[in-house]
Amino acid sequence: MTDTVGIVIVSHSADIAKGTADMVRQMVGSEVKVAFCGGNPDGGLGTSVPLIIDAINAAWSPKGVAVLVDLGGAETNSEMAVEMLEPARRDLVVVCNAPIVEGAVMAATEAAGGSTLAQVKAVAEELSAD
Amino acid sequence: MSVPSETFKSLVKAAAEQVIASAPELTSLDQAIGDGDHGTNMKRGCEAVLGKLDAISAQPLDEAFKMIGKTLVMTVGGASGPLYGSFFLAAGEALSHDKQLPDDLADVFGSAVNAVSARGRSKVGEKTMLDVLVPVLETLKASAGQPDLIARVRSTAAEAVERTAPMQATKGRASFLGARSVGHVDPGARSSCVLVQAVCAGLEARA
Repeated sequence: MTDTVGIVIVSHSADIAKGTADMVRQMVGSEVKVAFCGGNPDGGLGTSVPLIIDAINAAWSPKGVAVLVDLGGAETNSEMAVEMLEPARRDLVVVCNAPIVEGAVMAATEAAGGSTLAQVKAVAEELSAD
Repeated sequence: MSVPSETFKSLVKAAAEQVIASAPELTSLDQAIGDGDHGTNMKRGCEAVLGKLDAISAQPLDEAFKMIGKTLVMTVGGASGPLYGSFFLAAGEALSHDKQLPDDLADVFGSAVNAVSARGRSKVGEKTMLDVLVPVLETLKASAGQPDLIARVRSTAAEAVERTAPMQATKGRASFLGARSVGHVDPGARSSCVLVQAVCAGLEARA
């Protein structure tokens, strides 16, 4: 289990983040570490850098972590969170340019097969290709 | 220019309080073309900065700016957190480790503006906070050393924010609206204007 890429889901909505994580777990079981967060620091709609950092650390794997996001602020805050990780972890986290639900399911399925972080990211991002 | 701790503290306090006072206006602008949370997000961040004001103003300027940046990053909750956070973090990087402001303020401000542009992968003309920050930077460069520098910066910011109204957004949530974003002042440009104006007012009161 420690040898698969971890998946983090970051939505403006805690319900969407949790629901997406539920779908991922149903598809790939517990082979892949999945963490999620949603909501601003007050619990309203939005995203929170400290919660994203916690989620990345919770899903941590030596093979790295792929982050799936919904709207702009989730992406900007996720990029900021990556830069605030301890230096050894920063290069092993990628924010994927992919739709959050489909991207998370595809990324986790790919990760479950033991793929590298780059492969997981590529599979998720194929969904955004024209 | 040496900046005494008390002056720095009062400037940060005035800027944060002014943003908090503007929260309803920022929210209503953001309801028109965004997701309506800019006022509450900025208010939360500025309240967190006020809560740490004593610790922040006890630091050398570079560390003080970095503390402000990190506080905004960790508490604002919207895209404006990393954007304003990056502004202050980069300003901190560009400042020296003492209480001295460099003679060339435009250099520090320029580094901060570049960090916002890089974080948002945005540039001037896209109906964002950069449409206030970049004109302010240009005035800082063009009018450096002039006796009326502060007044010029104030009027630059005030004019620049109004020029965002006819722009069509191509970045951020407002870009989803396409042409419907035209006719509304950008909320991020407004909050940048509020911050710039508050610092200018504080400096004028001191002079």
